[in-house]
Amino acid sequence: MGAQQRIYRQKSRSVQSMKKITRAMELIATSRVSKARERVVQTTPYARAITRAVSAVATFSDVDHPLTLERENPAKAGMLVITSDRGLAGAYSANVLKRSEALRELLQDEGREVVPYLTGRKAEGYFRFRQRAFEESWTGFTDKPTYEVAKEIGDRLTADFIRGSEDGGVDEIHIVYTQFINMVTQEVQVVRLLPLEVVDAEEKASEEELFPLYEFEPDSSEVLDALLPQYVTSRIYNALLQAAASELAARQRAMKSATDNADELLKTYTRLANQARQAEITQEISEIVGGASALADAK
Amino acid sequence: MSALQVELVAADRMVWKGEASFVRARSTDGDLGIMPGHSPLLGVLVAGDVSFDGESGHQSVTIDSGFLSVDHDRVTIVAAQVDASGLTA
Repeated sequence: MGAQQRIYRQKSRSVQSMKKITRAMELIATSRVSKARERVVQTTPYARAITRAVSAVATFSDVDHPLTLERENPAKAGMLVITSDRGLAGAYSANVLKRSEALRELLQDEGREVVPYLTGRKAEGYFRFRQRAFEESWTGFTDKPTYEVAKEIGDRLTADFIRGSEDGGVDEIHIVYTQFINMVTQEVQVVRLLPLEVVDAEEKASEEELFPLYEFEPDSSEVLDALLPQYVTSRIYNALLQAAASELAARQRAMKSATDNADELLKTYTRLANQARQAEITQEISEIVGGASALADAK
Repeated sequence: MSALQVELVAADRMVWKGEASFVRARSTDGDLGIMPGHSPLLGVLVAGDVSFDGESGHQSVTIDSGFLSVDHDRVTIVAAQVDASGLTA
């Protein structure tokens, strides 16, 4: 077998084994993405109940809570960037990071210093490689986030927000995450987490029934004290779950196109190998014929 | 007498949903008992047991901190974590 043929065979063998890997990853992502979507759906009752309760308290009391208070002249802005732990998910993490860069520039133009908080090893790697400082990072859970992690992140962000920029904290917090819309569309979203805006309150009250006149136990400000941190955590938890579903969907798509590309490559290499074999045969024949006719001529 | 529509919701799932004639939970001020016709209430719950008398008898679960809202005989108990091992149906 000629050298050229051997090279093509080698290449097609390696493409074949890569194809097996990408196909397997595609199947894994497909089976996990439906579970991730289910988890997003399962948290909806909790999110709805908590939003409703916060709206109710906000409607019936004029209590100013530190978490809802806009600060004058915010000096530092926190930015929670939610990416994946692992690559091979197409442009998933790159899109989030690109958007976070845009947000950083925007905030800096407005005269705010940006304090990054990261989740996912991809974001951590991106910041470390560029030797940029970040406040805190959480890794190792992005394809299956738990409520405990969301709570840990929420507690940290809330604590830093309450401290304020003068004591080394931040004055506002934004989240950059990927919203799962459907299997083919996932959009990078930027939302401001703190200070809280309970925007749903007024809109929903007019559509649905009005909130009854609640009694509060122990009293409205303490109820708000207990509710708001949970509300923050539930927002973060929801963002993490959406991001997880988006990550898996992005990985599934990336792996599907990788498998398709591998198929394409295999076809090309098979053709090239056939061509090389044919060329070799042709050459051998012409050598034999040439040799034979040379012998005939010599006689 | 109408019954209470109870929803018990944890952070990551709906734990239990159904009718009950009585709900008991521990708030910051002490135990709360809710029966049909209770006035609208929004209370903070501390870690402890929540129990209710449903169709399949008396049941109880353990929650960490959360809150409870009552309006028009609809009771929503929300907790970050619910230990539902004592739940039968």
